[in-house]
Amino acid sequence: MATYDDSLIAMIEEKARRIRVNIIKAIGAAGSGHPGGSLSCADILAVLYFHAMRIDPKRPDWEDRDKFIMSKGHAAPALYAALAEAGYFPVEELLTLRKLGSRLQGHPDMKKTPGVEISTGSLGQGLSAANGMAIAAKLDKKDTRIYVLLGDGELEEGQVWEAAMTSVHRKLDNLMAFVDYNGLQIDGSVEDVKSLKAVGEKWRAFGWHVMGIDGHDIRQIMTAIDEAKQIKGKPTVAVARTVKGKGVSFMEGGVDWHGKAPNRDQVYKALVELGERIVDGGGVVNG
Amino acid sequence: MAEVGEVKGEAKEVKKIATRTAYGKALVELGKVNPNVVVLDADLAKSTKSGDFMKAFPDRFFEMGIAEQDMIGTAAGLAAAGKIPFASTFAVFAAGRVFDQVRQAVGYTKLNVKIGATHAGVTVGEDGASHQSVEDIALMRSIPNMTVIVPADAVETQKAVFAAAEYYGPVYLRMGREEVPVLFDEDYRFEIGKAVMLRDGKDVTIIACGVMVAPALEASEELSREGISARVLNMHTVKPIDREAIETAAKETGAIVTAEEHNIMGGFGSAVAEVVVSTLPVPVEMVGIKDVFGQSGKPAELLEYYGLTSGNIVEAARRAIARKAGKASPARSRRSRRQ
Repeated sequence: MATYDDSLIAMIEEKARRIRVNIIKAIGAAGSGHPGGSLSCADILAVLYFHAMRIDPKRPDWEDRDKFIMSKGHAAPALYAALAEAGYFPVEELLTLRKLGSRLQGHPDMKKTPGVEISTGSLGQGLSAANGMAIAAKLDKKDTRIYVLLGDGELEEGQVWEAAMTSVHRKLDNLMAFVDYNGLQIDGSVEDVKSLKAVGEKWRAFGWHVMGIDGHDIRQIMTAIDEAKQIKGKPTVAVARTVKGKGVSFMEGGVDWHGKAPNRDQVYKALVELGERIVDGGGVVNG
Repeated sequence: MAEVGEVKGEAKEVKKIATRTAYGKALVELGKVNPNVVVLDADLAKSTKSGDFMKAFPDRFFEMGIAEQDMIGTAAGLAAAGKIPFASTFAVFAAGRVFDQVRQAVGYTKLNVKIGATHAGVTVGEDGASHQSVEDIALMRSIPNMTVIVPADAVETQKAVFAAAEYYGPVYLRMGREEVPVLFDEDYRFEIGKAVMLRDGKDVTIIACGVMVAPALEASEELSREGISARVLNMHTVKPIDREAIETAAKETGAIVTAEEHNIMGGFGSAVAEVVVSTLPVPVEMVGIKDVFGQSGKPAELLEYYGLTSGNIVEAARRAIARKAGKASPARSRRSRRQ
């Protein structure tokens, strides 16, 4: 494992913490949304947006940017929090999440939100779009890298595997996928709903370079991304073991927090746990 | 107001070319002048004729295998990165099988994806109902941001392909498998959203798209022998539809017949009727498939079986004229409508 400077790790951890704080604030203010799967991918997003990706938030249309696709679109609050923290739009705007007229729709909308590369929400479609972008980058001889985050439950969608074949067939080594393997989906555990069985073996059988990582370990995420850059001729997937609701004790591992907003008291409690100083007594919460 | 277009001289022997054949050729021509054009297909390149492009520009052609969902998603990604993808497959798959992908990744995003849908309607023939798309117009026109074009012949297809590439945004191009008469000359003018008046007339207007344009012209000739003057509009763009041409037709001819190789529910006739009822209500008779699936058979047999001939248009025109105010009793027109 490459060595990374402690201060760099601390910076990224702080970004991840801030992403989590803003996920809670935004969903609390909206009164609806998906906290569990947003919190589970916060560390991966923090590494991507504050370390790995070549981006310029002041120029979201910059041709040579790296691109991130949130295929599990219901984790939009995590994406928005990362984008805001990176400077694509003001952090205060996060409190407009899911409100009429807001740029921050319930699921990512590329036409409305700066930094959103493609609209998602209907599961299973992000990897295909990522393939298209990776193919275009190769056609244009750009060294752009494309990152895509999939949910574990999302892997039940057949299109994911159509796309997984395409990524390999087209030798898209400029593409890296993450599976946010938090083990839970709306109707229960992924194991009970429709077991993925040996998920890493599945990707490997499709021809991908596969890594298994702890999706909350900043160093492991960074190492995986660095390793993926060295892999030539095929795409890489990091199957990231994560905890749904990570960072908020009463949400962790709770299937009920897939698509439920915390109430005022729960927001307060969550923010305290996340080390946020409550200035306004949790006044970000509706009602 | 629609402009009067030139129909090829009747004396000449009618040449027949399938619109899918014209599609393949047009893609190659387009590829020569526009390096951003890329083409995808889902293991039907030989049939959709996108294979012509594959031969000409192998680096810009992407065989996606039997995976239409992935094809549309990949096309969206390519478009998001500045390419102009033409994603080709049969209409039944392009609109039906991948409706959600088209809705989410193309319509909602308003990305510059062109869907080249061939083998539309019952004229697919022997393959039968599983492959005969009778609902794709309805599906595609219900998606916000989508433009729907149904070319009538080879010339119009070629022009529609270029116009689609010129226009920024999602386009659904509906084409057929069977050879159809070449109706237009090379100087035929095509503009998205602008109907072309092929024949003027004062008693009734036949508004047709796609393979029904040729029988509409035949019907107008037959009607003229009965002393009925029928206007013929080629409404190649189903969406956005030319409201002005429809309203003018309603005002000037007082009766309308629509003709489509598609279910009359939600399709082209419905699109015309939506305009008529909200502007100047006049009788509308719809020639189309009466809410049933197709079956195996020869294309000509199927057109006959499902009531999609010039003779059916003539009958519909008579009914529409009979329903004009003061021309028939309500009871009689109700009866005749049931035919």
